[in-house]
Amino acid sequence: MSDIQHSPKTEAADTAEILTGAEIVVRCLVDQGVDVLFGYPGGAVLPIYDALFHEPRLHHVLVRHEQGAAHAAEGYARSTGRPGVVLVTSGPGATNTITGIVDALMDSIPLVVLTGQVPTHLIGSDAFQEADTVGITRTCTKHNILVKRAEDLPRAIHEAFHIATTGRPGPVLVDIPKDVQFARAPYQGPKEVRFAHVYAPRTKADPARIREAVALIAGAERPLFYTGGGIINAGPRASALLREFAALTGAPVTSTLMGLGAFPAADPAWLGLVGMHGMFEANHAMHDCDVMVCLGARFDDRVTGRLDAFSPDSKKIHVDIDPSSINKNVRVDVPILGDAASVLEDLIAVWKAEKRKGSKEKLAGWWKQIETWRARQCLRYRPSDTIIKPQYAIERLYALTKDRDVYITTEVGQHQMWAAQFYRFEEPNRWMTSGGLGTMGYGLPAAVGVQLAHPNSLVIDIAGEASVQMTMQEMSTAVQHDLPIKIFILNNEWMGMVRQWQQLLHGERYSHSYSASLPDFVKLAEAYGGVGLRAETPDELDGLIEEMIDIPKPVIFDCKVEKSENCFPMIPSGKAHNEMILGDVEDIGSVVDEAGKRLV
Amino acid sequence: MSIEPPASAYDMAHDVEIETIATFAVLVDNEPGVLHRVVGLFAARGYNIESLTVAETDRAAHTSRITVVTRGTRHVLAQIEAQLKNMVSTRYVQDVSRDPNGVERELALVKVRGVGAERVEALRLADIFRARVIDTTSESFIFEITGAPSKVDKFTDLMRPLGLVEVSRTGVLSIERGAETL
Repeated sequence: MSDIQHSPKTEAADTAEILTGAEIVVRCLVDQGVDVLFGYPGGAVLPIYDALFHEPRLHHVLVRHEQGAAHAAEGYARSTGRPGVVLVTSGPGATNTITGIVDALMDSIPLVVLTGQVPTHLIGSDAFQEADTVGITRTCTKHNILVKRAEDLPRAIHEAFHIATTGRPGPVLVDIPKDVQFARAPYQGPKEVRFAHVYAPRTKADPARIREAVALIAGAERPLFYTGGGIINAGPRASALLREFAALTGAPVTSTLMGLGAFPAADPAWLGLVGMHGMFEANHAMHDCDVMVCLGARFDDRVTGRLDAFSPDSKKIHVDIDPSSINKNVRVDVPILGDAASVLEDLIAVWKAEKRKGSKEKLAGWWKQIETWRARQCLRYRPSDTIIKPQYAIERLYALTKDRDVYITTEVGQHQMWAAQFYRFEEPNRWMTSGGLGTMGYGLPAAVGVQLAHPNSLVIDIAGEASVQMTMQEMSTAVQHDLPIKIFILNNEWMGMVRQWQQLLHGERYSHSYSASLPDFVKLAEAYGGVGLRAETPDELDGLIEEMIDIPKPVIFDCKVEKSENCFPMIPSGKAHNEMILGDVEDIGSVVDEAGKRLV
Repeated sequence: MSIEPPASAYDMAHDVEIETIATFAVLVDNEPGVLHRVVGLFAARGYNIESLTVAETDRAAHTSRITVVTRGTRHVLAQIEAQLKNMVSTRYVQDVSRDPNGVERELALVKVRGVGAERVEALRLADIFRARVIDTTSESFIFEITGAPSKVDKFTDLMRPLGLVEVSRTGVLSIERGAETL
């Protein structure tokens, strides 16, 4: 422990190339395998932009607002499994990224955010475009650092990539004063630097816990897998192993919003989304199961509902790479600290070694019960011949795009929940949404990042007309970089989820949730140099969706939908999983009592 | 099945366990902002800080030792420990208060103003507590006392009616008995 070097002077340094700080930054990115970065220039990063000018291996995407850079990097990261990189200037450049940084922290997305800073001798003097960036971002990054000497840059940046991508992934910010970008220092590659921190997250689980978990699962009569974004973060192998283990045990699988795609929606064992707007069968299974296997999820309040009535009779196994997630909200019986893929591998190995059998007969009663819940058909809605129902719009979008190489992003609100319910995912990394932070405006820039990573794929941002206006300017980014993203707006003219809560919880007093003066989205698309389409009736929807898919340019699709449609099923505030309300409930205004109205 | 709904989402899981005091010894990399990380973590997650001490303890290894005294249920204390361990700058965390070999000490400077019998009594009590007089005027004493936090508490309680006017405490320091190290 005492041999940690803080300003390493290795032999390599004597023979290493001497570069400017700015050149070191660019070289670090290249050596880390970065191909795309998202950014916006400004005074305090101009030396780095100058170095970028001479570097053909890095594709810089100029955004229109730094928040867009952070979300685009998130979309890139989530759809590739590689870290997203952001480069912005000091002061407002840095502060504008903060929503995206918090979003990445909440959803465990690996980001490396490089910010310019005023020269070291001006720090603390309230200089032009100075902000205490490391101070502001200390509680919203996994780690951050202000680099005051050019010789510390290689280590700081390589370590930032290491920290962002290992353990529970997250955003790491490196703040680089302008004089450090000009100063010269020896370059060190990723293998030459010595990290400053003793940081070694545990990935391999305790074998005793694995055996305990296997025994519990094998003995279960009503087992359930509850999976989350941790499976996606653990890589495609984790998804494959989840499929294998679920098949071995014969248990049903549900997932959080972040985990969609880890388990195929086409599999008969798939119960669909869990939680506040989750499936009737998934939530009832959560409530009634006797062994819950939580893999890479964190018992978020949108999933658990009322904690004191959460799955009262189950033994809970919790697999997580973050020790602070275990026993945070829900006390569990078998905590397993480790990487989801590694743990699944161990579980499968022990299951096979102990010759455990997933007994169809033993689980027959459980599956029979699940079938009765499924028969309730919780996603049913009243169809219409004249008005496009938002659910119908997603159903048609899914039907017409499912056989393509498609990636979906969303904004936040009703449209996001309908997308999670009605769009079905068979593979991981295909679904990008803001789960933890719930950031309106995430989807459009995220789609930019996804399209950059997958230039030949169909990338659709399922949006609401309110959310999408928060980052609409990134349409210009899409046009500049020839990114043919499709922005599919479910336009109900309301902040739909706000309106729904006001209807249910606030006596139908629709306080400031109606957007008057909406733009003409078709003309807006044209103004940006994209293509605008509008669907107003169900019979024209299919043709227009097909037209949208075929346009090799960014498209804004203004889908005019039923204005007062509510998103169901729903676990109302203050209720348990088995007290869901469905779309055919008669008197919606009376289902939430006074106490429940105070909940978030 | 009917369950009375709770008043607020944050009251949903009533933690009926009792709160206890805990002392965490945290060995961190001595780098700019590391104290803010710890304080920010406590503030952001709503944990209490009863006392906090920090100083570099190994210059060559660039490590500082932070001793933080906090209060919470068993569940909250476990969360605090996990969150402290999660910081990239953290090298080691130990709940010293749960360690039977843990030793805790605190230093306090106590100013007592008074004349006559009260002044004599203050000096007599200081002697019993093995507090040292480090400054004196005709109407005041400054005592220096070292010991477990409870001893310091007891001393200041006794001094209050005798003219205690000012207290400065270091906060708790801790170390483990025996040859073992953090």
